[in-house]
Amino acid sequence: MIKDLFTATVIIGIISSGIRLATPYLYAAIGEMFGQRSGVLNLGVEGQMLLGAFVAYFVVLRTESLLLAILAAIGVGALMGLAMGFVTIQLQATQGIAGIGFYLFGMGMSNLLFQKLIGVVENIDGFSAIKIPLLGDIPVIGEIFFRQNLLVYLAFLLVPLAWFVLNKTTLGLKIRAVGENPEAADSLGVNVALVRYFTVTLGGILSSIAGASLSVALLNVFQQNMTAGQGFIAVALVYFGSWRPFGILAGALLFSMVNALQLWIQVLGIPIPSELAVMLPYILTILVLTLSLTKGKGPSALTKAFEREG
Amino acid sequence: MEIRADQTNKTPFTSLQMRNVCKRFPGVLANCEVDFDVVSGEVHALLGENGAGKSTLMKVLYGMYKLDDGEIILNGQPVTIQNPTVAINHGIGMIHQHFMLVPTLTVAENVALGLPSSKGPLTDLDVVSERIVQLASTYNLKIDPSALIWQLSVGQQQRVEIIKALYRGASLLLLDEPTAVLTPQEVDELFLIMRQMTSDGYGLGFISHKLHEVVEISDRITVLRNGRKIGTQLTSAVTKQTLANWMVGREITFITSNDKMDQGEVRIDMQAVSCPSQRGTEGLRHIDLQIHSGEIVGLAGVSGNGQLELAEVVTGLRPIKEGRVLLDGEDITGLIPGQVTEKGLSYVPEERMKDGMIRDFNISENLILREHHKWPFSKKGFLRIPYINEHTDKLVEQFRIKTPSRMTLAKNLSGGNIQKVLLARELSRSPRAIVAAQPTRGLDIGASEYVHEQLLEQRKLGTAILLISEDLDEIMALADRIAVIYEGQIMDVLPRLTATKEDLGLLMAGVHPGETIQN
Repeated sequence: MIKDLFTATVIIGIISSGIRLATPYLYAAIGEMFGQRSGVLNLGVEGQMLLGAFVAYFVVLRTESLLLAILAAIGVGALMGLAMGFVTIQLQATQGIAGIGFYLFGMGMSNLLFQKLIGVVENIDGFSAIKIPLLGDIPVIGEIFFRQNLLVYLAFLLVPLAWFVLNKTTLGLKIRAVGENPEAADSLGVNVALVRYFTVTLGGILSSIAGASLSVALLNVFQQNMTAGQGFIAVALVYFGSWRPFGILAGALLFSMVNALQLWIQVLGIPIPSELAVMLPYILTILVLTLSLTKGKGPSALTKAFEREG
Repeated sequence: MEIRADQTNKTPFTSLQMRNVCKRFPGVLANCEVDFDVVSGEVHALLGENGAGKSTLMKVLYGMYKLDDGEIILNGQPVTIQNPTVAINHGIGMIHQHFMLVPTLTVAENVALGLPSSKGPLTDLDVVSERIVQLASTYNLKIDPSALIWQLSVGQQQRVEIIKALYRGASLLLLDEPTAVLTPQEVDELFLIMRQMTSDGYGLGFISHKLHEVVEISDRITVLRNGRKIGTQLTSAVTKQTLANWMVGREITFITSNDKMDQGEVRIDMQAVSCPSQRGTEGLRHIDLQIHSGEIVGLAGVSGNGQLELAEVVTGLRPIKEGRVLLDGEDITGLIPGQVTEKGLSYVPEERMKDGMIRDFNISENLILREHHKWPFSKKGFLRIPYINEHTDKLVEQFRIKTPSRMTLAKNLSGGNIQKVLLARELSRSPRAIVAAQPTRGLDIGASEYVHEQLLEQRKLGTAILLISEDLDEIMALADRIAVIYEGQIMDVLPRLTATKEDLGLLMAGVHPGETIQN
């Protein structure tokens, strides 16, 4: 019944799983934000996530090493990012179309590899919850925030780190300048292509980790197309968060909380059609994006290839 | 005096020579065997029409274009400048025609961009800001390092560009059409800065196509035409007439509309018109403006003060919030552009390629855009190709449009010919009134001369013309009355015969002449 939702256990459960579910969004959206701030729109996030999810899962299955799994995901993500960079920066292909291509490639490739190398759905031992000493013992708060796994903690640390890099370092200054006016940056000796390669590769790595966080930390399983659109939602979150890390954090949390809510609604057997419950986060995305569309304008050079004349 | 170069390890600038410089683009020879030199303490102007190769030459020097042939000798040493970084390291700075600034960043961030920081990977904006303030005070520039670029006026942005170059230790500064975007007062201030810089030992390369400015500020003048050097002269030893003839390659007569016209009744009547701007802020505020039949009213102002809004309000492209627009006494407020066209209003838009033509349509198609749906261009929904072809051929001849054929796409025409096609379409329909926005921007002297002739011809026929221009010389030459717009308001309307440039400049800056300026 509806009132079942309003017990302390359930509310803590919802918030705690909401925090956990925000993890893949944070990695993917922060990565995507770096790319977009430098002027590259990567719609291939979903594909990068799927490949990352598969590779990490596969490595754990064969080696039982979580460290190797993450390293493998980083390697695959970097390759996907570099490939996206080569196509859009070097060859100057249209970014949106190239991204869709990489999405389809990542999805197809992860399916193929899964079928050829594994074939059956099998659970693994992924990242387990780490209870932070002292903090983890605080009632309610400790349960919600300080008994999560390592990838969750890192995802949340990534937010202030991304903010710092973007706003307080020379690299961040270059990224922002390249995304707003690449000609100006170029005239001051900034290597526009290099900056964009960096952000797109970083984006690939973070997307891949986002995928890995699903397969070896949250669900501990790999299934075909297991990301179910989360990569695209991550792209939407960048817009929702107005290209700022803390904006993205707010968006990711809002989204994952609603997601957690609908999962609990299903778990508790509350008589709302489950299809409707599943739709809830997506309806929310559309609503929020429509309402927030007027407030921020993205980087001026977003999706625009840069080429020096002469 | 010694140069106050920022990086002391840079050799102070003494001289630069460019010899036999050639630069080719696919199908075009942009520069051919051009010589150009600058010595410390002088302004050497590069004068020429659009497309003469002035910017190309400077971009070669700044490393933005690859040098195809020839050599560059800096302070007696041959140098190779592959990219802007090398140029900067050689102490060469460039103020681009289109500012190379990032609008969403602060002044300090724009200056710091691309430079190594004293704090390693972290930015050192506090150090940079301090140095900016120091540099600025040397040249009496008022610059707030923490201001965002988009909040600054065009003149202030230009100063940021100058600071940016000085900060990087530039001692040879190239200025590409720096006056194009400034009010006359701002031009004076810029010239003051330039004079102080030359007396400090800087060398300045100054690109312009405005004769009087070049004569005013430069020590020497080199004229380019079609990518070739025509000559170099001491400014004190050359006349404007000679320079003009060099630029164009033939005798040029300066057109003015001295003949007094009998003005008819009011054609366009704007009554207390207000409308929001592009950004949603107040665009026009209670505009009252009348244009008579057979009259050219010039609208002067610094770009972005409501000129575009005014043009769009009259032509029906932009909704009016308050007030009315009348054409020959008939209320045309709220009519859609198609209906305004029907009433006999023609429009020569500022962005001629974006708003005036379709790039991928040929000349024929562009010429009938406005009236293609009507007899004699079409019948029952079918285009009458033979008539359209005949019509095109007639206009191509009448308006002296240079084109390989009537099937040539608009995007393959030169700027001057694009404007001729546009004028042919807008003027051949015998309009009652014309709104012409920046009709000669980007055109060379020859093409501008032609546009001016056509407008004066229309004036003779009794058409009411609103001429929107940022070029005061153009307005002073053509307009019967001059309205000055500032922040969406008409500051004043002056008869041409009594208007002075000084007064207009003050009005453009929002000050009524005679008013005491309060700081």
